[in-house]
Amino acid sequence: MTVAIDRATGKRRGDRAPRPGLGQRLKHGYQKHWYAYAMIAPVVIVLGVLVIYPLVYGFYLTLTDANSLNSARTIGVNEIEATYKFIGLDNYADILWGETAYDRFWSHFIWTIFWTAACVTLHYTIGLGLALLLNQKLRGRTLYRLILILPWAVPTFVTVFGWRFMLADGGIINSFLETLHLPTPLWLEDTFWQRFAAIMVNTWCGVPFMMLSLLGGLQSIDSSLYEASEMDGASKWQQFRYVTLPGLRSVSSTVVLLGIIWTFNQFAIIFLLFGDTAPDAQILVTWAYYLGFGQQPRDFAQSAAYGILLLAILIVFTSFYRRWLNRNDQQLAI
Amino acid sequence: MSTTTVEAPVTKQDSTSTAPKKTRRRGENSRATSLVSHGILIVASLIALFPVAWLVFLSLGPDKDDYLHPGGIWSKMSLSNYSFVLKETKFFDWLLTTAVVTLGTTLIGVIIAATTGYAVSRMRFPGYKKFMWVLLVTQMFPVAVLMVPMYQILSDLQLIDTYPGLILVYCSTVVPYCAWLMKGYFDTIPFEIDEAGRVDGLSPFGTFARLILPLAKPGLAVAAFYSFLTAFGEVAFASTFMLSDTKYTFAVGLQTFVSEHDAQRNLMAATAVLIAIPISAFFYFVQKNLVTGLTAGGTKG
Repeated sequence: MTVAIDRATGKRRGDRAPRPGLGQRLKHGYQKHWYAYAMIAPVVIVLGVLVIYPLVYGFYLTLTDANSLNSARTIGVNEIEATYKFIGLDNYADILWGETAYDRFWSHFIWTIFWTAACVTLHYTIGLGLALLLNQKLRGRTLYRLILILPWAVPTFVTVFGWRFMLADGGIINSFLETLHLPTPLWLEDTFWQRFAAIMVNTWCGVPFMMLSLLGGLQSIDSSLYEASEMDGASKWQQFRYVTLPGLRSVSSTVVLLGIIWTFNQFAIIFLLFGDTAPDAQILVTWAYYLGFGQQPRDFAQSAAYGILLLAILIVFTSFYRRWLNRNDQQLAI
Repeated sequence: MSTTTVEAPVTKQDSTSTAPKKTRRRGENSRATSLVSHGILIVASLIALFPVAWLVFLSLGPDKDDYLHPGGIWSKMSLSNYSFVLKETKFFDWLLTTAVVTLGTTLIGVIIAATTGYAVSRMRFPGYKKFMWVLLVTQMFPVAVLMVPMYQILSDLQLIDTYPGLILVYCSTVVPYCAWLMKGYFDTIPFEIDEAGRVDGLSPFGTFARLILPLAKPGLAVAAFYSFLTAFGEVAFASTFMLSDTKYTFAVGLQTFVSEHDAQRNLMAATAVLIAIPISAFFYFVQKNLVTGLTAGGTKG
């Protein structure tokens, strides 16, 4: 029982009588909150059955050597019992510092960090630039806006294939570069260019969300602040630095965090752009998927272990991010 | 006399060409700035538009290697790809799957998210903080975390390759975010309304169903749009859990054109366009609500 106001009734529950016994407290709590629990019951059941239980089960799998050859399965009419066994933390040890750990985990890890940082930076700067342009009084502003959100409007799995046609050997981009007598990289085969292409496509897909969120943020900045700063003789740059950026801070901190989480977990773009043909351009999420479902035999245990590691990285990052924001007196919005 | 007549045009020129800052009103631009703005926006629009336009253009070329010789498409443009896709492929099976799965997810997800959002918006109960933390963390689950265990669980339950299986999986991904969204929206509805309902003798559920839900329609719509678009565009789970080719969603079906060793790019482009047109139209229809809803849910939380 916390010192909180039950806003449905407006009653204050802070000043409580001497602590009753446990049984009575449970009964009392049940009577007071049964409808709250009843209302969250569906989501608790869904999350419990589909998130918490799989998470626990997945964690258990990471402590075993399960793969598709020793898991329980049915072939025709024969049911084969699971024969995988408990091996403790060996999967994690193997991933983090086993033989060839660099090729399997750390290279993907570094690339994932680079990918996230590069994409989110590009999303944010381009999105902010376009939002600033769209926030002026400009002829045809609505039309620009509608065209610029097209990459968000069309589902990713459709546009990625459009990009695949364009980037293919002999596709429009290389033909164009050839007419300019520029080198024509093998976008979908060479590792460096694969990574380049992946960042390019993801940037293209992700800018509209940032642009629209930041545009909403810009429009909510009080215009009297600009008037006041203009009266005080602030230059355009100073206005941007001292009025616009602070005004955008709460929106920015939210969309940057969302952007980081989404980009870190971005599955569709790399999976659809390269399929299995780019082992070195896989970020951790697609690599874990490849281990668990893209190869034979399917290595369920290692794939799940990658998943747990990914989640751990994200949770640690988010808690630091929140703490860092709170230090600057910023309440993180989500 | 003469000095004034000479000076006047000079200052005028100054104000338009060299020092426009002082005379123009706020929010108006000098000609140079607006030209540059237009230039950048036009380039950006072309970049945004081109890949999609190119896909539409390629879908009109009847041969599968036409994408290598785009110039040749002008002379033999036809809609043959579209008729082939509609008649010969499993397009309508995929449409059915996608419709069932996305609508099922939207319906179930929104109902669950609404009750949850209301509970966490209005009531403080023991376990509230932990619950909110779970909702927050669930939003950042990488697909890889749950993929393997979910696959095992669904195959134990015989739900692999069925609609309910995929709908349940999608619900687990959309519900946490929608619940946050709905909480943000419910927070904007005054508590006095609840109190009035309670005073007039409604039960907590009655207050929710009869008073608050009708008021929260815009928020519900945003949650529904979000669920719909998310479920429609999801690739990873659909690729793994749907095995028979009549039960592919569009996201999976589209991949079949190239994953066979004979890449039928023209058909793929046509299918992509057929998929993209209705969903993009829908997106444009709701985008304004969606953006305000998403950021409002984000900033109020």
